[in-house]
Amino acid sequence: MTPVAVMVGANRIVQAAGIIHPLGNADLSPEDEKALRRRIVEQALQALRTEVAKPTVFTRE
Amino acid sequence: MEGKPVRVVCFVNQFFGQLGGEDKAGIGPQSMDGAVGAARAVQQALGDAGTVVATIACGDNYAAEQPERAVSELLALVAAAKPDLLVAGPAFLAGRYGVACGALCAAVQAQLKIPTVTGMHPENPGVELHRRHVYVVQTGAEATRMLDEVKRLVALGLKLVRGEAPGAPAAEGYFPRGITRNVVTGASAADRATAMLLDKLAGRPFASEVPRPAFPSVPAPRLVKTLQGATIALVTDGGLVPRGNPDGIEALNATRYGAYSIEGKSSLEATQYDNPHRGYDTSWVKQDPHRLVPVDVARELEQSGAIGKLHETVYSTVGVATTLAHSARMGAEIAEQLRAAGVDAVILTST
Repeated sequence: MTPVAVMVGANRIVQAAGIIHPLGNADLSPEDEKALRRRIVEQALQALRTEVAKPTVFTRE
Repeated sequence: MEGKPVRVVCFVNQFFGQLGGEDKAGIGPQSMDGAVGAARAVQQALGDAGTVVATIACGDNYAAEQPERAVSELLALVAAAKPDLLVAGPAFLAGRYGVACGALCAAVQAQLKIPTVTGMHPENPGVELHRRHVYVVQTGAEATRMLDEVKRLVALGLKLVRGEAPGAPAAEGYFPRGITRNVVTGASAADRATAMLLDKLAGRPFASEVPRPAFPSVPAPRLVKTLQGATIALVTDGGLVPRGNPDGIEALNATRYGAYSIEGKSSLEATQYDNPHRGYDTSWVKQDPHRLVPVDVARELEQSGAIGKLHETVYSTVGVATTLAHSARMGAEIAEQLRAAGVDAVILTST
């Protein structure tokens, strides 16, 4: 849904893991799922410290 | 009302009330008998239909620096003149003046139950602030075509006084108020859509009946503190609620949000939460709420010192078929509470 976030003008958009579980993935093991979640949150924290001039999508690393 | 001349009060700033220029911008509200300054154009536009019984003026700075006090003082002056209609401005591109016109119109409508009309240039900040609840007629940037523009304000104002329903914004020349009204048309939707498509194919101008909402761009503040010193809050529009949905957050078209404490919690227990969101399959986030609101890893980041503090309240609503107006209101209310609580930044998880 990142194009919608861009359209409505959200400034820092971190691409997450999907609509039904943005911060998880039931197909992964619990450990891998939590590691995925942690990466997304850490990326969001970095995005907060990043200067942006317009709606910007931070894609999954 | 028919036949009886309409009593009109005009609101002007110090300049259009002929009290002075920028040097008089600090002047407080005052009422003058009859039509003074720009109000004479209103009297001219009214003709025999009405009389400007008073012109109320207020300095731009006085109104801008203490808006609540100015509006309450102006309201008393308007009430004393017992008008049937308030005509404010037009304020053209003058920002302080436009904001004051809009605020006074809103207060007069709400508290005195008297119809009002004002006029502004599209870029006057008063337009966005007030167009949803006040009739704001579009004008130019300057007073060069004042009489023509005042005539449109007055025509709309007289309709309101007579209780006639104003036409559509484009027909009457006022800024859309975001209201949808049923009308009877001569052609079915299929016919109109086909005609529109043919116009488009032929390169002819056409107007959509469903205007896209305009999303104003919001400057992006950067987190100036280090992450280690910052308080971070978690917010979601994915519908997380405590079991039982105590705030009754709607499954779609939400008008409410909840504030839920995570104090003392290092994780969210699935059995304690629920999710009324009807816009996606919530099975997975019900199974594990962290898939929506990452309290577990955020708490670990707090404990390891990677972030200063995790805010102890999670805000949540349901973002599906939610109107722009309700979203904007809820967002502003949540932001205000977060700011008051000293939160530096937010991670908003969305589905």
